[in-house]
Amino acid sequence: MSFTPENLARAQSVIAQYPDAHSAILPLAHIAQDQDGWLTTEAMAEIADLVGTTPADVQGVCSFYTMYKRRPCGKLVVSVCTNVTCLVVGGPEILEHLNDRYAADDDVFVEEVECLAACGNAPAMQVNYEYHEHLVPEMAAAIVDDYKSGVLQPRGVSGGLK
Amino acid sequence: MTAVNEAKTTVTVTIDGKSIEARPGELLIKVAQDNGIYIPRFCWHERMKPVGMCRMCLVEVDGIRGFPPACTMPVSEAMVCHTDTDSVKAAQDGVLELLLINHPLDCPVCDRGGECPLQDTTLAFGPVESRFVEEKRHFEKPIAISDLVLLDRERCIQCARCTRFADEIAGDPLISFVDRGDHTQVLNFPDDPFSSYFSGNVVQICPVGALTAKPYRFKARPWDLATVETSCTTCAVHCRGAVQSSSNQIVRLLGVDSEPVNQGWLCDKGRFGYEHVHSAARVLTPRVGGREASWPQALDAAVAELKSAKNLHGGGAIAMIGGASGTNESAYAWARLTKGVIGTDNVDAQLGDGIAAEVVLGSDRAQISDLDNAAAIVLCAGDLKEELPVLFLRVKRAALELGVPLVDLSAAPHGLSKYVTHALGAAPGEQGLVAEQLASAIGGATPANETIAAATRSIGSREGNIVVILGRTSLAERDDTVVSAAAALGALPRVRFLSALRRSNVHGALEAGLAPGFLPGRVSLDSGRVHFTSNWGSVPAERGLGTEGILRACAEGKIHVLVLVGADPLADFPDRSLAKQALDTVGVVIAIDAFETPSNRRAKVFMPCTLWAEQGGTVTNLEGRVQRVSRKVSASGLALDDWRIASELAQRMGSDFDLETVDEITEEFSRVAPAWAGASTATIRNARDGVVLPFADHLGEVVFRRGGSSLDIEYSLSWEPIRADGDDVAVEASDVDETAEIDRTIATEDALTLFVWDRVVAPRSIPQRDAYALRVNVGRKLYDGGRIVAESPSLVGLKKAPTMLVSSADAARLGVLSGESVKATSSRGSITVELKAARGIAPGTASLGFSADGTGASELIDASVSVTDIRVETLR
Ligand code: SF4
Ligand code: SF4
Ligand code: FES
Ligand code: FES
Repeated sequence: MSFTPENLARAQSVIAQYPDAHSAILPLAHIAQDQDGWLTTEAMAEIADLVGTTPADVQGVCSFYTMYKRRPCGKLVVSVCTNVTCLVVGGPEILEHLNDRYAADDDVFVEEVECLAACGNAPAMQVNYEYHEHLVPEMAAAIVDDYKSGVLQPRGVSGGLK
Repeated sequence: MTAVNEAKTTVTVTIDGKSIEARPGELLIKVAQDNGIYIPRFCWHERMKPVGMCRMCLVEVDGIRGFPPACTMPVSEAMVCHTDTDSVKAAQDGVLELLLINHPLDCPVCDRGGECPLQDTTLAFGPVESRFVEEKRHFEKPIAISDLVLLDRERCIQCARCTRFADEIAGDPLISFVDRGDHTQVLNFPDDPFSSYFSGNVVQICPVGALTAKPYRFKARPWDLATVETSCTTCAVHCRGAVQSSSNQIVRLLGVDSEPVNQGWLCDKGRFGYEHVHSAARVLTPRVGGREASWPQALDAAVAELKSAKNLHGGGAIAMIGGASGTNESAYAWARLTKGVIGTDNVDAQLGDGIAAEVVLGSDRAQISDLDNAAAIVLCAGDLKEELPVLFLRVKRAALELGVPLVDLSAAPHGLSKYVTHALGAAPGEQGLVAEQLASAIGGATPANETIAAATRSIGSREGNIVVILGRTSLAERDDTVVSAAAALGALPRVRFLSALRRSNVHGALEAGLAPGFLPGRVSLDSGRVHFTSNWGSVPAERGLGTEGILRACAEGKIHVLVLVGADPLADFPDRSLAKQALDTVGVVIAIDAFETPSNRRAKVFMPCTLWAEQGGTVTNLEGRVQRVSRKVSASGLALDDWRIASELAQRMGSDFDLETVDEITEEFSRVAPAWAGASTATIRNARDGVVLPFADHLGEVVFRRGGSSLDIEYSLSWEPIRADGDDVAVEASDVDETAEIDRTIATEDALTLFVWDRVVAPRSIPQRDAYALRVNVGRKLYDGGRIVAESPSLVGLKKAPTMLVSSADAARLGVLSGESVKATSSRGSITVELKAARGIAPGTASLGFSADGTGASELIDASVSVTDIRVETLR
């Protein structure tokens, strides 16, 4: 979907902050992702048009960052760390548990990530980039369920506060 | 790196114990290479900025920890560098082993096999065995990133040569790296292919077989190819190339790096257009009255027509159009036949779509390389990206990389618009007027407006010449607006002109005298009369007609025989209705062509001629540079070179040219044509970058080849700039093999002055446009309806139906939606065309592509009026 009028205005004010419009690609991609839930092909083309470059260029920039989702990812992005520290204290088990539990749930997108820099309280995960630490599989699932049921308020899928 | 003051000083560096003088700031990898030390590399390309991506060029430098990449390391005083120590070798081993981790070992089925830098480098510098036993990454094997280029991502080593080329050189960043880590891949955006006009270059410079060109894929193995150096003559830039054939079929054209001309690049039309040479539509046998005939029958039939017209009505009843698509030698032979034997001056190599020969031949000229350090470049031509693609690259580079101001007189947006620094916003037909304002401001008068003032200031602040790129701004305008622009600007001291006439060897043809009022070698009919009468026997008594006049005279029944030498007026002449009238009325058409066209379909005599790569000789590009083109495959069918047809006709008309070979014509040309004085076949053969006309003024610039006359390309090096061997400076004739016979003295006894244009222009008035009309600008497109595109299977699909661009204000006023078909009507006729609203189009104007197939814009244009105004109606 293309930018809503409000988001288009926001995009333009972001562009105005940079001497070179090209520099606004990343913040614009966040706005688009928060609006649509993921970074659509149309959004990348529109961003290219707004900053005066080709869609291929925007695609190249955005695909470098794993936080831009170029496929629909539901409402909740659950990032489970399986790097060394988390690995030894149960990260992979959390990942497996969440993967099984939400396999058929289009609202929840579970992904495996590298170190979240929360090793002190491993194992760790993020839900829409909000930290949850010192987990066991059931606890992690309960947290995700709380977000689903509205007990916890999720951030946007780009991690921005709604 | 490019700062001027650095050029004067040098630094001394030591590479592998060898002491070397270099310019400070030059890259270590280049300094080493220039001194015979090859540092392996994949990502570094001499014509692009270094990125240090592949790490293949690691070296050791005393005092620097680790292994810096030589491609990003500028040299400095007393630098000591090692490229072949054990630790460097270990580093190279490591890099190659890593690169090969994900590289499939499918060399036997890879197009690059046999000329693959990765293969060669691995052999020369790499480890013996891989320790990698895991699964390699997999991608869908090849995907089309454009209609011409396929990408096999598994083979890619992420050197970024292709993506950098697309962005930095072509200005079309339509491919980029997508994803990261071991998923990194080159990709275009969905539904937005890499449809750059320069896409073929990435195939040539890719160091592996990741990028392949559809026309060449699986056609041949590099070691089976025979190669010869030549020039592309698809347009008038004449980019150097190496044409390769297998079993008498051309299979590939590679770009050769010629500093003054193309710096290694080719456009796709030039690179892949060779296919038309082998088209099944070629006419391979002479025809008389539509029936196949033998050569003697065809020549006799043609001569009978020529003789009878001449005897009954005089030489002036015969006209010739064309001659711009062959060699200089062919053009000369045709000039001698028409002007010296038939006795007609109704001869024109242009098809009413160029500019007056007086202006092209008689103005101070610039060379392409002058663009690099010009005070400013003034654009007074059509869209260079569409018409002269590789010249577009050079102008873009000058503007973007070298900071040369770009002053634009164009009336419609074009490929260079985004690089323009001073857009003077001339309306269609008014380029002359704006040029006059600019010229008077540069000359010191008060500028007419702020844009002109700004342009004048930036020109004034810079040294060097003002290079005016001069071509036909629009086919919907007469050339007089360009001619008056040239007159105004030409009066300024620092101005030099670079012609932007686009057709193949049109400059060679004009220099050979295929224009009314001219004789070979840049002399006018009057001043060359005595000289050429003594050489040829006779010349026409008075000045004849150009193409427009010829067509009018045909229509009026004053011309009885029209000779078309590779010319198709119905497709190329801007005013189709005049061309049609002419061809319907004229009694006899004699055609020399390789294809049947609407214009020659009812030719009384059709004589098939050879095409590019079937004929050798010399050609002259838009800066006046004479270079050799080579024959690579044998003539198709019974086709003959155009010059031989001319000389056979002459003989049957009772005048023996006594010219048996191309070289003999070159020799005669240099003997009789003043601009060619001092040339010889040996000079041209051995001049690495050709020679600029007039020869006498430019012999000092010639760089001679060290030996042999053909470029011997090692196939493994096609990914690096391919250069013809030559000395850096001109050497004495006696030092060079085969050049001993060069005669640099110019026969003075009949020295003629070269033609100089007097810059006198007739006053012109531009009609008022009424408020409901749109004034239309018509420009050529690269992929048009011309023969080369139509007869090249890989290119024909790239042709798009022309659309008419208008401003969104006009679209709204007319009540039409962008993308809707409309009826456009001029005083001449009407056409149905798709209309689009576009940025950059001034209200009250429209921009339309020329189809070059006898439809579209040419039905709207009236050659006798100075601008074309149209009315647009919806079809709803
Ligand atoms: S496709 Fe070829 S040129 Fe492009 S990055 Fe890969 S290896 Fe380099
Ligand atoms: S720019 Fe002209 S000469 Fe050069 S490759 Fe293209 S068509 Fe050929
Ligand atoms: S390893 Fe999981 S947060 Fe650092
Ligand atoms: S050539 Fe130097 S890093 Fe690639």
